[in-house]
Amino acid sequence: MNALLRILLAALLSLGASCLAQAHPHVWVTMQTELVYAPDGSITGIRHAWSFDDMFSTFATQGLESKEKGKFTREELAPLAKVNVESLKEFDYFTYATADGTKAELTDPAPGYWLDYKDQVLTLNFVLPFKKPVKAKELKIEIYDPSIFVDFAFAKDKPVQLAGAPKCKVDVVLPREMTFAEGKALSQIPADEKNTTMTWGAQFATKILVHCP
Amino acid sequence: MNRLPRLRALHGLLLLLLFLVLVDTAMAQPFGLNRGAAPSEVGGFAGWILAKQAEFYRMLSGLIRAAKADGSAAYTLLGVSFLYGVFHAAGPGHGKAVISSYLVANNETWRRGIALSFASAILQAFTAIALVGVIAALLGATAKAMGDTVRVIEIVSYTLIVLIGLRLLWVKGKAFLRALGFGNGSHTHDHAHEHSHEHHHHHHHHDHDHDHEGSAWSHGHGPEPNELTGDHWLKRGLAAIVAVGLRPCSGAIIVLVFALAQGIFWIGVASTFVMGVGTAITVAAIATLAVGARGLAGKLAKTKPGAGTIILRGLETAAALVIVLFGAALLTGYLASERLMGI
Repeated sequence: MNALLRILLAALLSLGASCLAQAHPHVWVTMQTELVYAPDGSITGIRHAWSFDDMFSTFATQGLESKEKGKFTREELAPLAKVNVESLKEFDYFTYATADGTKAELTDPAPGYWLDYKDQVLTLNFVLPFKKPVKAKELKIEIYDPSIFVDFAFAKDKPVQLAGAPKCKVDVVLPREMTFAEGKALSQIPADEKNTTMTWGAQFATKILVHCP
Repeated sequence: MNRLPRLRALHGLLLLLLFLVLVDTAMAQPFGLNRGAAPSEVGGFAGWILAKQAEFYRMLSGLIRAAKADGSAAYTLLGVSFLYGVFHAAGPGHGKAVISSYLVANNETWRRGIALSFASAILQAFTAIALVGVIAALLGATAKAMGDTVRVIEIVSYTLIVLIGLRLLWVKGKAFLRALGFGNGSHTHDHAHEHSHEHHHHHHHHDHDHDHEGSAWSHGHGPEPNELTGDHWLKRGLAAIVAVGLRPCSGAIIVLVFALAQGIFWIGVASTFVMGVGTAITVAAIATLAVGARGLAGKLAKTKPGAGTIILRGLETAAALVIVLFGAALLTGYLASERLMGI
């Protein structure tokens, strides 16, 4: 009977403990990412442009003052951008970099980040500098939210660009089963990318792989 | 003392609980953010549910826009809102675990479980509407103001969950220890017992314990039995309803703000209520499973008074402990994973 009790206890405990995180995304981000290279060929940082979905964009701009109704200038959005970037710090900016198998440290965004608002969509633009410029044969950058509150997907147009690294080759890995709309978007992406493993596990890990000679 | 049916019943109970746990674990990560770790493995049924709710949620914005132009699209919106509610009820704001644990610990009936599920889901819809209606629509405040308010509500709600759990844990835990035969409580128990129930119970404690299954309140030094168990069950469950229903769901808030921005707040309100009904159905279904499992355990207990009582008291204590841990984890960890809302 003791064994049974233990099992029950364990079952109930995990029942309680397991529903803490959000069960599905409430924020969708469409990303365009650029890797910034120094003249010597090392990578100095990651430039993100994250566009939020329209519902979240509306939510985030609710009650903000603007001169022209329904439009927001970069200046009017500056306080929001600040809160935005500052609260992302706690989540490591959802960006994880690995250079030749070891973790590459990123620092807080450089000043000069901004939000813009176009077609009712907010886009957050910021650069995450590497602590030390990275030279690697294989650089892996993963962008995901482990708590699944934010869903990250690459834009179909120019998802990843290398700024000033002509010899390197970039691979965008989208190992996830798409929803219908996203699946449609995916079908328009060139087919040279690795495709879904069909496991939900990897769904949230959107990866950039950069191979350099 | 027929072993076979008992074993079968035990199996059923375990399977039910494990099913709940598996579905649950697969849907969300434990204790909020698991920084830097690999994303969780989510497969099969749970993955399908996850995909469905995300799909329905994403449809909402388009449907709200459509409803603005064409009133008949509002019906589609309501249908999708309902489905979203049904699929989304796995979220922590919906108190699936708290309600189920509460029902198990308090030995409530399935009807009451359903009523509690609906009451808390509808209250949750109300708080979301009140929040957006007052702060955004009337005061014209920002999302940050709403986020800050939600955070205060969260703290109140999670604290309430911890308190409910602690109260249950205190009472059920004592009953459990007594069932296990730990002497400490039994002395005081005898004492109180003799004073209050002298003529009714000349027998030994086993009988007494057994008769009063589920009404462990009556054994403590604390409140009088009829103050608590004697209460109308709805009154007793009010704290649980409030604790669970107070915290509005993020999805509902975002939908309401979006509808407000489109100038059709009332459609957002309708959508939120229908979502609440969908949520209630799922929570009620899960609560009914939990009550069924508890009932099964109760039957088991009757087949073997000694060990059976221990199982029951253990189950109740575990359920109370779940509520405490759940509330504490929400208070400490979960706040962080929602902070992005406060933009």
